Amino acid sequence: MTRSPHPDYEVVIGLEVHTHLRTESKLFSPAPVTYGEEPNHSVHPICLALPGVLPVLNDRAVEFAIRAGLATHCKIHTRSVFARKNYFYPDLPKGYQISQYEEPVATGGWIEIPVEDGGIRRIGITRIHMEEDAGKSIHDAAIAGDATHVDLNRAGVPLLEIVSEPDLRSPAEAGTYLRSLRSFLRYIQVSDADLEKGQFRCDANLSLRRHGESLLGIRTELKNLNSFRFVESALEAEIERQAGILDAGGQVVQATLAYDAATHRTRVLRLKENADDYRYFPDPDLVPLVIPEERIERIRAELPELGDAKRERFVTQYGLPEYDARLLTASRSLADFFEAAVSAYDTAKPVANWILRDVQQALGERDLEIEDAKLTPGALAALIRLVDEGATTVQSARGLVPELVERGGDPEALVREGGLEAVSDSDVLGQAVDQVLRDHADDADRYRGGETRVLNFLMGQVMRQTGGKANPGVVRELLVRKLESQACP
Amino acid sequence: MRHAITLRSGPPATLRAVSRISREEVERVAALARLSVTDEEAGRLAVELDRLLEYVDTLNSLDTEGVAPTSHVIPMATPVREDRAAPPMDPELAVANAPCREGSAFVVPKVIEGEEEG
Amino acid sequence: MPAPPGTLQSGRDDLDAGRVSSVELVDAALARAEGSGAELNAFVGMRAERARAEATEADARRARGERRSPMDGIPVAIKDNMVEMGEPTTAGSAILEGFVSPYTSTVVERLQAAGAVVIGRTNLDEFAMGSSTEHSCFGPTHNPWDRERTPGGSSGGSAAAVAAGIVPAALGSDTGGSIRQPAALCGVVGIKPSYGRVSRFGLVAFASSLDQIGGFAHTAADTAWVLEAIAGHDPKDSTSLHEPVPRYSEALTGDVSGLVVGLPREYFVEDGVDPGVLSAVREAVAELERAGAVVREVSLPHTAYAVAAYYLIATAEASSNLARYDGVRYGHRAADSNGLTDMYERTRSEGFGAEVKRRIVLGTYVLSAGYYEAYYRKAQQVRTLLRRDFDEAFRDCDLIATPTCPETAFRLAEKTDDPLRMYLSDVYTVSAPLAGIPGLSVPCGLSDGLPVGLQLLGPVLGEAVLLRAADAFQGLTDHHTLRPPETP
Repeated sequence: MTRSPHPDYEVVIGLEVHTHLRTESKLFSPAPVTYGEEPNHSVHPICLALPGVLPVLNDRAVEFAIRAGLATHCKIHTRSVFARKNYFYPDLPKGYQISQYEEPVATGGWIEIPVEDGGIRRIGITRIHMEEDAGKSIHDAAIAGDATHVDLNRAGVPLLEIVSEPDLRSPAEAGTYLRSLRSFLRYIQVSDADLEKGQFRCDANLSLRRHGESLLGIRTELKNLNSFRFVESALEAEIERQAGILDAGGQVVQATLAYDAATHRTRVLRLKENADDYRYFPDPDLVPLVIPEERIERIRAELPELGDAKRERFVTQYGLPEYDARLLTASRSLADFFEAAVSAYDTAKPVANWILRDVQQALGERDLEIEDAKLTPGALAALIRLVDEGATTVQSARGLVPELVERGGDPEALVREGGLEAVSDSDVLGQAVDQVLRDHADDADRYRGGETRVLNFLMGQVMRQTGGKANPGVVRELLVRKLESQACP
Repeated sequence: MRHAITLRSGPPATLRAVSRISREEVERVAALARLSVTDEEAGRLAVELDRLLEYVDTLNSLDTEGVAPTSHVIPMATPVREDRAAPPMDPELAVANAPCREGSAFVVPKVIEGEEEG
Repeated sequence: MPAPPGTLQSGRDDLDAGRVSSVELVDAALARAEGSGAELNAFVGMRAERARAEATEADARRARGERRSPMDGIPVAIKDNMVEMGEPTTAGSAILEGFVSPYTSTVVERLQAAGAVVIGRTNLDEFAMGSSTEHSCFGPTHNPWDRERTPGGSSGGSAAAVAAGIVPAALGSDTGGSIRQPAALCGVVGIKPSYGRVSRFGLVAFASSLDQIGGFAHTAADTAWVLEAIAGHDPKDSTSLHEPVPRYSEALTGDVSGLVVGLPREYFVEDGVDPGVLSAVREAVAELERAGAVVREVSLPHTAYAVAAYYLIATAEASSNLARYDGVRYGHRAADSNGLTDMYERTRSEGFGAEVKRRIVLGTYVLSAGYYEAYYRKAQQVRTLLRRDFDEAFRDCDLIATPTCPETAFRLAEKTDDPLRMYLSDVYTVSAPLAGIPGLSVPCGLSDGLPVGLQLLGPVLGEAVLLRAADAFQGLTDHHTLRPPETP
């Protein structure tokens, strides 16, 4: 969904992402974190906000928050404070959400995202804080009839809220940021960020201003954008709406909106002036969170190599172009696969080519991630080596990649069973060469006349004749010999 | 009973020209707290709260510039819990007190337009 | 039929000597609660069946020569804001109508671990908000010394139950004086430990940064046993202190010589206190001095601001703590509501009493946009100044002595129409929870036939010195042996 920039206005977007942390238990309760359970089958008295219950902080959530903060180049605060955000809703059992407000755990970082011209852009991270998720209100009439059902299984699941600076300039860029952030969170293993399970959600702030204007326009907030495509569509629709208002000489009013995909329109939910007064105050049930410097340094030291550092290493260590390095380091599992394949093969560039071209295509067609594929790094190395050795051809080998991705297996055996060995028999190939030279006598003459690059065309024709199985080395040798031995008539 | 320590009694709130909290404000705050108040209750609460707020305004005679607020009275290290899940509650027990339930879900009146939140 | 034990100590002695069984003591306590004690309205619910079963077990233990603690097998009571699995808890509120807890509070677990037998749950001001036990959906509790008067509050039911000899000990909770004030008005000992000393897990929250569970008994020695049983670190309460619990009962040396007792000049203001109260308190201090204590004047300069700071902080926290009573998961729900907001508003307006609503509105107001800095933040800053006052004072003394209340038990309904006047009667008790320090009230005589309390305040975790001084005082005097006139 790429679009050219709006002709009249600069688009200014900031995103708030909520991502579930990969913990066993909830943020302040020992209830298990589960997905797809029956309503209220994964709760504890704390999740139900029974009279008298008290919160106790999950240490792993703290670990993950620090890790995410460090990985996004944030400052980790040795003291942070949990605050209560007070509002009434049936899936918010305490009548307040425990969040961090004035003193979050991390502030002032950035991540890098790829931009269309192949470069990199740095997007600021304003803050990262921990908070608890709410439960679910089920309004679906098929389930709840003319009432609303409340399921508190999700209530208290630990979330990180990651707030970006208003650095994003188009819906497409917002989409790229979200994809990058998601794969990044998975890469550092703090969140599974599964959109289907609601583990990765987004709110967006958007405003427009005339090109060249330095002041920000009045912004609106889009709530609960649950897929990347949905985010981009919603932002497109809201740009249209705001541009329409501004074009007509009107003023955008601060509001919270929802996006209706069916009509491709945004709709005002409530105006800012009616906004809730959340009455934040430090939660008296929780002491300020104190994180010793040593802990921050330990987590920093244990941090997996981050995307940008790894990318630079791939350029210097493997001599890869920046572009390849960026694609290969987009996810940790892909980078790991590449490095394992390189160590099983030898040189990096062919491995990179095979991964970025054939493997990625096979994955994309099947909507799989590399960790879901049955293809092993060793098998890929073996496959490339079979081509190098002339045991099979590039064409045959490429044809095997989808099968290896789906079902795995030993490339050598697959070549054998598929009858994909390269044909090196001079007699068989000689006939094919003769046929091609007969069919393309003009081209043969041009070669003889000194246009040696015609050779590649002729080789291609021989390969076609042999269904791609011909050993290219043998074909080349035969062609050259026959072209040069057949004297001009 | 007289209180030399604390009580500085002013004229009754109803007689003062400017009150600290209006009936409208009482209604706004009550709505925020999801309490419905009748006109009469709002009026009475406004008078009572005005008197209380007048009393707590004595704090303003105290210079607290640069004084750190106390949220938690005894300084202590952050207690944390190991991330280990305990078995969940018996779901029957979880919803046993519910005024209205269906299966193991709590049931509330339909959320109507404008009541969205979160 | 035997009488309920007069004290924990006498109960323990009678059980040890085989003069009486735990079942007999529990039956006697239940009989008095439901018989001559019933008109006090001290209890809101009995736990007869479970209590008898536990007493039977206690007797069996004793027969095997086992004893869990000095309280093993002795009947006690808890305030109806501490939950126990399978038992109702109301916190004195109609909004918790029908609620049966599916989990148990840490204090109840600890009482059970000590073998104490809870016979019932005592009356309180709704959500512990009050100083008279009149703001309860069960109606007021009466003072055993004078049925026309309040027992104080909010733990008035527990104080009255001990004063009337129904149980020798009971638990209460103190946020701004809710243990010490009713202890004083009912003529019993009441202790509010340091903040974090006793777990709040399972205590229905009023104001989380101030709430603390403590106990009532006739003697400091009995109170020490109660505190030993319930104090200590609890990983389920993030504000629970890690420090080990001393054997309070071993700190009771009976000796106060050399102990420095501070008298804050701001608390001894002639025209602020009932003269009978003041003279009883002065006489008690003189008694300690005669026993070798050193009495010294100290200053707590920010005392005049404590009530204001207390009501801002307590109501703000309460407004948030009480948001969970929404008619969704438990408790009362209004019938026939029109949509969600209407359900919330009607449920909460029907379920909460007038005093609770007043405090929720005040607390919501002081936290709301535009007022937070002026009220809530300001009150927290004043709280810091109050803490510093005590830090400063405890450099010059081991403990502080004051009246617990400016007056003796007031008449029922005397102050219910005047919230500010009611709040001002907490003037001597609100500072201790604001500063997180322990406080104890010990009977120090009568004024016009009504009990007067001497309040002792100590530094954080200084419970032992308070108990030691109170115990020594009780060794020198017999105020604690006085019983309400009508008590058998």
